[in-house]
Amino acid sequence: MRSRGPATILPLVRPYRISLPALAAASFALVTLALALVFFVVPNDADQGFSQRIFYFHVSIALTAYACFGLGAWKALVHLWRRDPRADLESYVAVHQGLIFGSLVLVTGSIWAKISWGHWWLWSENQLVLFLVLFLFYAAYFMLRFSLDPGPQRANMSAVYALFGVVLIPVSFLAIRLAQRFIHPVVFTRHGPSFGGWMLVAYCVAQAAMLVLAYTLYRVELSGKRLDAKLRELREVLV
Amino acid sequence: MNYVSDVRALARKDILLELRARDTLPAMVLFVVAVFVVFHFALPARSSDLAAHGLLWVAIVFTALLGLGRAFVPEREQRTFDALVLAPCDRSAIWLAKALAMLGFLVVAELVALPAFALFFSGIDGATIAGVALADLGICAVGTFVGAMAVATRARDLLLPLLFLPLAIPIVIGGVGASVAGDPGRYLAFLALYDALFGVLCWASFEYVVAE
Repeated sequence: MRSRGPATILPLVRPYRISLPALAAASFALVTLALALVFFVVPNDADQGFSQRIFYFHVSIALTAYACFGLGAWKALVHLWRRDPRADLESYVAVHQGLIFGSLVLVTGSIWAKISWGHWWLWSENQLVLFLVLFLFYAAYFMLRFSLDPGPQRANMSAVYALFGVVLIPVSFLAIRLAQRFIHPVVFTRHGPSFGGWMLVAYCVAQAAMLVLAYTLYRVELSGKRLDAKLRELREVLV
Repeated sequence: MNYVSDVRALARKDILLELRARDTLPAMVLFVVAVFVVFHFALPARSSDLAAHGLLWVAIVFTALLGLGRAFVPEREQRTFDALVLAPCDRSAIWLAKALAMLGFLVVAELVALPAFALFFSGIDGATIAGVALADLGICAVGTFVGAMAVATRARDLLLPLLFLPLAIPIVIGGVGASVAGDPGRYLAFLALYDALFGVLCWASFEYVVAE
């Protein structure tokens, strides 16, 4: 097991393929394009009208949140496997981004539920309930992490808990599907319109925009955290 | 010493400690009966038996939580956790033994709780008992695991419910489904799936929780 010492001072800049300014520019362009497509190009939904347009962001944000949680679990596995302290930080930052996007899923889903069905919260909406469970779970991840001193133990526990998360996602999804049978006999079915043409294009652009935006935020937070760690180690050397 | 005898020795230690000190088990039994009395007054007069069955699961989860909060207290107070980790046995044996001891305590508490529930509220069918048995496995496996995590943190007792309850939501769904639904089979199967998945996960990753 590797000990944390001056020998493992993290490199300030790692060789990345895409630079941060380029990523930021790409995410800005993609988000602008997605907004333009969703608000000006896509036709109104025949069933739900204008309000259906939130779908393009709600669903793409939800999938992005899953991607962040998945990345966090993958980095956690890498950490447990190779004992790499960088992977611990990457896992934490990915889970953090996932929690931010997960909160956005709750907010956008809530708005959509209010406009479509007249209620801010619907227990019959599987995805919304699942994200509430995940929100509670990953909020506890932060409680756990901030209640431990930095070091290998915190890294290990955070990693194990993040791995629990990826098992909990499908298990909870299955459980919530099962729960509908005895909690809500009437299920709102989202019998969507034929999904093609500009709608598909707009959805794909919005999805790409959210993924690139999440990756950009992930990289920004990561470089900030690395700079912070580097500064702290320098300060310890100087004092 | 092989794995089974390690687990047996560790679980025997926990049960002996409990038999001598009687810290946890009487508290769990008293708690669950008190919770039933609270539930009686919390439920409106004409509410259905189904609501009471739902509350049975709340009582079980919180009673388990009460016991799990005490699970690693002897190790913490006597500072014997390091000795356990240093002992020449597989680390997962520590988790398995503790989970088995907790399972024993929970089952004893339920041997009082389920007849009390039948007495106070309504009868209990075989599906509910099967659901409770399967849920106990998952509760003790996951609860002991996060209990070991929580005891290592500064927040300790505060953290255990926060870590445990989101993981227990699928157990509650499966358990309530087994109690109230017309076709309990699929819910029991789900509980078994949960036990298997999280049991393997806890068993495989406990080493990382106690190492260092």
